[in-house]
Amino acid sequence: MKELNFDAVVIGGGAAGMAAAIELDTAGFSCAIVEREEGLGGILGQCIHNGFGLIEFNEELTGPEFAERMEERLTGSKIASFTGTTVMEMDARAEIKTLYCYTAKYGVLRLNARAIVLAMGCRERNRGNIRIPGDRPAGVYTAGLAQRLVNIEGLVPGKNAVIIGSGDIGLIMARRMSWVGCKVHAVVEILPYPSGLTRNIVQCLHDFGIPLYLSHLTTRIIGKDRVEGVEVTPIENGAMMHEKAFVIPCDTVLLSVGLVPENELSKTAGVELNPMTNGPVVDSMLMTNVPGVFACGNVLHVHDLVDYVAEEARRAGQNVARWLKGDKPSREARLKAGSNVRYLAPSRVDLDRDNKLYLRTLIVKNGAMLEVKVNNRVVKTQKKSHIQPSEMITVELGPKDLESAAGSPDPVVEVSIN
Amino acid sequence: MSQELVCITCPMGCRLTVDTLTDGSLEVSGNRCARGIKYANEELLAPKRMVSATARIAGAGHEALDAIARLPVRTTVAYPKEGVLELLAAIYALNVALPVKRGDVLIKDYKGSGVDVIAARTLS
Ligand SMILES: Cc1cc2nc3c(=O)[nH]c(=O)nc-3n(C[C@H](O)[C@H](O)[C@H](O)COP(=O)(O)OP(=O)(O)OC[C@H]3O[C@@H](n4cnc5c(N)ncnc54)[C@H](O)[C@@H]3O)c2cc1C
Ligand code: SF4
Repeated sequence: MKELNFDAVVIGGGAAGMAAAIELDTAGFSCAIVEREEGLGGILGQCIHNGFGLIEFNEELTGPEFAERMEERLTGSKIASFTGTTVMEMDARAEIKTLYCYTAKYGVLRLNARAIVLAMGCRERNRGNIRIPGDRPAGVYTAGLAQRLVNIEGLVPGKNAVIIGSGDIGLIMARRMSWVGCKVHAVVEILPYPSGLTRNIVQCLHDFGIPLYLSHLTTRIIGKDRVEGVEVTPIENGAMMHEKAFVIPCDTVLLSVGLVPENELSKTAGVELNPMTNGPVVDSMLMTNVPGVFACGNVLHVHDLVDYVAEEARRAGQNVARWLKGDKPSREARLKAGSNVRYLAPSRVDLDRDNKLYLRTLIVKNGAMLEVKVNNRVVKTQKKSHIQPSEMITVELGPKDLESAAGSPDPVVEVSIN
Repeated sequence: MSQELVCITCPMGCRLTVDTLTDGSLEVSGNRCARGIKYANEELLAPKRMVSATARIAGAGHEALDAIARLPVRTTVAYPKEGVLELLAAIYALNVALPVKRGDVLIKDYKGSGVDVIAARTLS
C-alpha cells in the first residue's frame, strides 16, 4: 500500500475541488486532489451548453471550456492530482486524518492530511427516490445520465421523450434531445411553478413549442419491455383530478427531479448534515462539526451557477489555509432561516469579517423584501425585484451589519423574505 | 405598447420590460447590463441563439462505452434562430481529426454569417 502525507487533501476534482486546491497551494500548503473520474472537471464535462463563467472569467463559456480554463490554473502549481482514484473511507477522528482510496494504478492508496475538503458534488434523484408507480420497462433515464450518453458517448437514448420534473438538467436536455432529432412531447412538473431557471424555460421549451404541464403528477409509467407512455394527472387545489388523467405516448422518460449532495462518505466520518440541504452543517469558515473537515460546492448545497461554486470553494480554500495556521473566528453568531427561507449556508457568521451567505426561498414573488435581523432587530434590508426557489440568493454581511450582535452571549442572525 | 421578456443572454435571466416608443425604437428596463438592451432589440426584430452541440471524432466508435466519442463544439456568437437546424446539420456532418485544441475553428464564417463553430475542449 502506497502512503503519502499532505497538509490538505481535497475529495473531488470538479470546479469546487480545483478552486479550493488552488487557494491552498497559493497559501503555500501542500495539497492533493483525489478524483474518481479519469480527468478533472466533474459534471462540467457533460454540460456542453453555454452559460458558465460569466462571473469567474467575465465570458460566457460552455462547461468543458470552464473546466479546462480552471485546470490551466493548476498547471505550474504543486498540487498533486490523483485521477481515476476513489476515496472509499475517511477516518477523521484524529488530528491527522486518513483517506483510504482505491486506484487501478496503486491498488489501495493511503493519504494523510491535517485538513480535508469535501468537494464531492451531488447526484441525481432517481425513480426510486420519487416513487413513480407503474411498469418497469427499459427507457427510463435520469436526465444527467442521458446528458452523458448524448454529449460524451454519442448515444441518443430514444426518439420520443417525456421529461418528468422541470429542473435545469431536464430543460437543457429537452433542447439537446430536440437538437439531435428526438421529439420531446412534454415536461411534467408537480409544482405550480417550474424548478429550473427562467432562461432555460424560454430557450429550451418555448423555442421548441414543448408544453410544460405545471401542477401535474406523473401517476404511471406504462410499457412492457420498452416505455410506451406516461399517465399524467392534473392537480387542482391540492386534489388529484383522476377523471382528467391522460396518457402521453413516448418511448423514453427522462427524470429531472432534483439533485442531492453526495454525502455517504461524510456521514460515515461523523459529519453532521442539515436535513434541509442534505449537505453538512458548516460554520463561518465552511468547516463541519468535525474539526479540520471543510465542505464547498454542490456537496454543501446544490448551486445553480458554477461561478458561485468556484467563489464559495475559493473561500473554503482560504479558510482551510487560515485554519492550518491556527487562525479561528473569535466570535460567531448562529444563522436562522426566517419566514419564507428554505435554507441558509453556512450556518454561522463571523462577527469580525465579511461573510457571504447563500440562501433559497420557498416562494415565488415579484417585489420581495429580504430582511436581516440581529437578536430580533432589523439591521439590513434588500429589495428583490423577483425571487423564486430555483434562483439562489446571495447576501453579504460585514462587521458593521453585525455590530449589535457583539455584546450578547448567544447572538442569532435571522434572514427572512416577505 | 409594453412587453415583458426574459433576457436569456446570461444565467442572471433579467426580466425586461420593453416599451415601443412613438418613433418605433424600443425602451428597455429591468436589465442589469447593456447586453439586455441588445437582446431585447434582437429578440423582437431578428432573434438569435447560441448553438452548442457535439461533433463526431474521426475513428471514435461505440466499442468502448464510457469513452469520449464526441467533441463539444459551439458557435462563437449567437446565430439567427431560423437557421439553427441547418447549422446543426453542418456540425453533425463534421468528422474531426484529433488532436484538437479548445478554440480551434471547425467551421469558418458559416454561410457568410460571420459566425464560426469552434471546439469547446482539447482532445488528443
Ligand atoms: C445539467 C447541469 C446544467 C448546469 N448548468 C449550469 C449553467 O448553465 N451555468 C452554470 O454556471 N452552472 C450550471 N450548472 C451547475 C454547475 O455546473 C455545478 O454546480 C458545478 O459544476 C458543481 O461543481 P462541484 O465541484 O461542486 O461538483 P462536481 O462537478 O459534481 O464535482 C464533484 C467531483 O467529485 C468526484 N467524487 C465524488 N465522490 C468521490 C469520491 N468518493 N472519491 C473521489 N472523487 C469523488 C466526482 O467524480 C466529481 O468529479 C449545471 C449543472 C448541471 C448538472
Ligand atoms: S441583462 Fe445582462 S445581466 Fe441581465 S440576463 Fe441579460 S446579459 Fe445577463
